[in-house]
Amino acid sequence: MDKLKRVDIIFGAYTAEKYKVLEATMKKSSEEIIEEMIESGLKGRGGAGFLTGLKWKFTAGEADPERYVVCNADEGEPGTFKDREILTTVPRKVFSGMAICAKAIGAKKGFMYLRGEYRYLLPDLHKELDIFNEHLKRFGLDFDVEIRMGSGAYICGEESALFESIEGKRGEPRNKPPYPTVAGVFSKPTVINNVETFVNAMMIMKYGAHEFKKLGTDDSRGSKLFSVSGDTPKPGIYELELGMTVEDFVNEFGDGDTKAVQVGGAAGFCVPRKKFKDTIIGFEGVPTGGSMMIFNSSRSMYNVLHNYIDFFEEESCGQCTPCRVGCQQLMKGIEAVKRGEKQSGYLKQLLNLSDTMKITSKCGLGQSVANSFSSIVENFKEEMIY
Amino acid sequence: MTETIQLIKSLADKHGRKRDALMPIMQAVVESESYLSDIAMTEIAKELDIATAEVYGTATFYSFLDTVPRGKYVIRVCKTITCDMHGKKRIVETIEKLLKIKLGETTQDKKFSLLYTNCIGWCHQGPAILINTTPYGDLDEEKITEIIMEYMRK
Repeated sequence: MDKLKRVDIIFGAYTAEKYKVLEATMKKSSEEIIEEMIESGLKGRGGAGFLTGLKWKFTAGEADPERYVVCNADEGEPGTFKDREILTTVPRKVFSGMAICAKAIGAKKGFMYLRGEYRYLLPDLHKELDIFNEHLKRFGLDFDVEIRMGSGAYICGEESALFESIEGKRGEPRNKPPYPTVAGVFSKPTVINNVETFVNAMMIMKYGAHEFKKLGTDDSRGSKLFSVSGDTPKPGIYELELGMTVEDFVNEFGDGDTKAVQVGGAAGFCVPRKKFKDTIIGFEGVPTGGSMMIFNSSRSMYNVLHNYIDFFEEESCGQCTPCRVGCQQLMKGIEAVKRGEKQSGYLKQLLNLSDTMKITSKCGLGQSVANSFSSIVENFKEEMIY
Repeated sequence: MTETIQLIKSLADKHGRKRDALMPIMQAVVESESYLSDIAMTEIAKELDIATAEVYGTATFYSFLDTVPRGKYVIRVCKTITCDMHGKKRIVETIEKLLKIKLGETTQDKKFSLLYTNCIGWCHQGPAILINTTPYGDLDEEKITEIIMEYMRK
């Protein structure tokens, strides 16, 4: 573990007094909070990596006084399970982060959108909410958090689809712009952040932007939770400093026979062994919401890709043609090549199709199918054919 | 039938009759009746004053909002990559043998349904399943047999 710096910020123990950090933050002005958030360089932990402080600033600057804070707890990316662990062990930090955001942007209402698969967490979350509400009263902050459940749709992790779902509709992504900071849930200015991002916001208030910035690299500040699974002797959740190479990661978590690492889930990139050394995990290399799936040489990368496409085909909302039909055609295509019905050159056509999906799909789902598709097909071509 | 109507009325009283109450109401109906019947969807539409097609269209978008009858215990086996790699197929076969049904089916006594689902967030403990809302991980033939037997006795 010499090259990987393990940190213990997110799962660190609660303060002795409940909601102590939140109480201290209540004394700061909205401007001070936002300034500190921008200064920290924190980027969203859901995967897309937008600067959190800016998101808050834009929303705070909107004219409409009715604003919302939304916590995206629709953790559906294959290989990701860190938000579940956060919500299980330190939910207080998440609610604190949401309240800090509410104070910063002047929101009176917040939603936590929890995926249906995590329904079992609801009773404990409600218990914590009761304690949270008591303390808010004490601080004099007029802010109310409501938990809304998802019902088994991956696409609802896409922010605008999530808003649609809260509004009681099919989880179909909206056109952007307008962005959530202008028109989010109920078409009102909204800050939507990942579970881990809210915890980070609370940590920045606790330790200060200066301390937070000491961790990570210029492009990837702070620590990050990694969900490690697949062919590894120690699957689980680890908080690590950003900016390590895939090689560092594999040396620590691989089983000695690692062939490839899928960074960022099915929507992310597959890194083959020959690129371990030169690939940095972070926004300057391959970004990740935390999903790290390890494959050893006993695995067929054709089966891995087949599994991903099957996933996307089912989870595509079906609204736009490139994604709906594209996923189906990619599936048919790789199956035909594998059966020998199509020449290996057909893979080139499929790669073109995935590129087209990247340019023409309406939301991140269809746009990111090409990530895993091209990184697997190009690096493991033989396995696709034979 | 009157029970369903009563249930939906009380849910609308609790969650309100605006459009954004639709998901919580449908979720609660599925929790108590295992699925959304035509009667339930029509009744929800009436309460919220929207078209039945809107209710049906929304329900069918979400994989956990079933519109066909399911068993009292819905078993969802994760089929996404790490659970797939770690033997989800053996788990499905074991359950099929125990319950004498195939994937996608419901037992005659309406007690169990067996379905596949996409990633449930237990990749580090695959293969994993959900039985209604309860997750179970690190499964093998022996462990899943024990779990299912326990539900059979319930």
